Amino acid sequence: MPQKFQGLPREMIALRASREIKDGDYVNLGIGIPTLVSNWIEGKDVTLQSEIGMTKTGPLAFDDDVDQDLINASCQPVTELPGIAYFDIFDSFGMIRGGYMDVIMMGALQVNGRGDYAGWANPAARGMDIGNIGGSMDLCAGATKLFITMMHTDPDGGPKVVNEITFPYTTKGKVNMIFTDLAVIEITPEGPVLKEVFPGLTPEDIQSVTGAKLIIAPDLKEIEL
Amino acid sequence: MDKVYSSVEEAVANIEDGATIAIPGFFAAGVPRVLLQALIKKGTKNLTLACGCGPMLGAAEELTQLVKNKQIKKVIDSYGLYRSATKGLQDPFEQAVRASEIELEVYPMGTLAEKYRVAGAGIPAFYTPTGVGSVVEEHIVTNIIANRKPKETRVFDGKKYVLEYALKTDYAFIHAYMGDREGNLVYRKTARNFNPVMATAGKITIAEVEKLVESGKIEPDCVHTAGVYVQRVVEVPRVSFAITID
Repeated sequence: MPQKFQGLPREMIALRASREIKDGDYVNLGIGIPTLVSNWIEGKDVTLQSEIGMTKTGPLAFDDDVDQDLINASCQPVTELPGIAYFDIFDSFGMIRGGYMDVIMMGALQVNGRGDYAGWANPAARGMDIGNIGGSMDLCAGATKLFITMMHTDPDGGPKVVNEITFPYTTKGKVNMIFTDLAVIEITPEGPVLKEVFPGLTPEDIQSVTGAKLIIAPDLKEIEL
Repeated sequence: MDKVYSSVEEAVANIEDGATIAIPGFFAAGVPRVLLQALIKKGTKNLTLACGCGPMLGAAEELTQLVKNKQIKKVIDSYGLYRSATKGLQDPFEQAVRASEIELEVYPMGTLAEKYRVAGAGIPAFYTPTGVGSVVEEHIVTNIIANRKPKETRVFDGKKYVLEYALKTDYAFIHAYMGDREGNLVYRKTARNFNPVMATAGKITIAEVEKLVESGKIEPDCVHTAGVYVQRVVEVPRVSFAITID
């Protein structure tokens, strides 16, 4: 089934999410759309941590700049920024669990209105109920702010912001905000609040492709890039 | 003590069938490929490969060879499968996992790092917040249903934690940039990753080094792994590899 609404391309989801990153933040970006956020932080005094074991990860490396001993956590060659530090894996996860990261951005298969999300196993696609946990659960355990960036619906047009999670959980009650191609949603104690919509769409449009019952923010606005 | 072996074949010669071997590397970076190739050549069977973050996806040729030779009994990892489910369906390793011919035991990456760290530090188990709210707090996550043993949890100051155990291995294969005859090691950039912690977890730790130097030639303040953790050192050529897991 085709997507019901056309919204932001992936790069623009990343741009919108990047607005939440402030000078001085230590940030860890997961695989997928979160990795694209690194394209939008130029000019900010932000430190990217890569769980493979470095802080001050630089932009992607190409051609002669590629060093096979220097990759990010998505297995892409990267470069060094001034102030870079390398450390080993237990130090890396110590700082993650220890709460030293200000912002964590992850992709997800499903998120619900209580801040739970699923992202590490897709039994329907894999034919088994195990998958790749990677660093996701450690990042959630230590997260101060946990942001999810993803497409609003799955490839078949089904909702990913759901009422009940059906995939294996990554974490419960940790997600703060959701950035999709169609909307920005904040998770509050009262439930998921629709804060911003893709220009031209109504709250009813967003609700029609969302499983969780959305609360409409009094100051609802269009997504600004 | 001089710990240098003259070849990788000699360095792995006494590894017996059924051994558990720690394999460091984070996808393509820092994987002890030459030692793995020696293991393939030797044909050791019933192996448990204790990994951290997909080193065998980064060394896909070696993995496929090990699977074809039926050398692997079990893999422990946080990221052992291809990201793309479509690609995974074609992968001999994932096919063997789906058919329950190979066990895949899955942990969060930071939990694995700590399992190796405490194993080397004389601590039998630890409590971690990681995995609470997921199946990880309920039982061991594995494709083999009979092995899904329940886990213990405990509340400290109102917050729940999961009990995880040390993971000591019979051997650890290490990839270092430089090493001396005493087994002091230096790693390079992000190829460090799981290497230092696994070096402490192995009962016998075998380090392949791109550059073997005489003792005293490594700046003492710059040693990453002290030689006390390393039993065998072998010099290997610097191997170029594809930086990809797709």
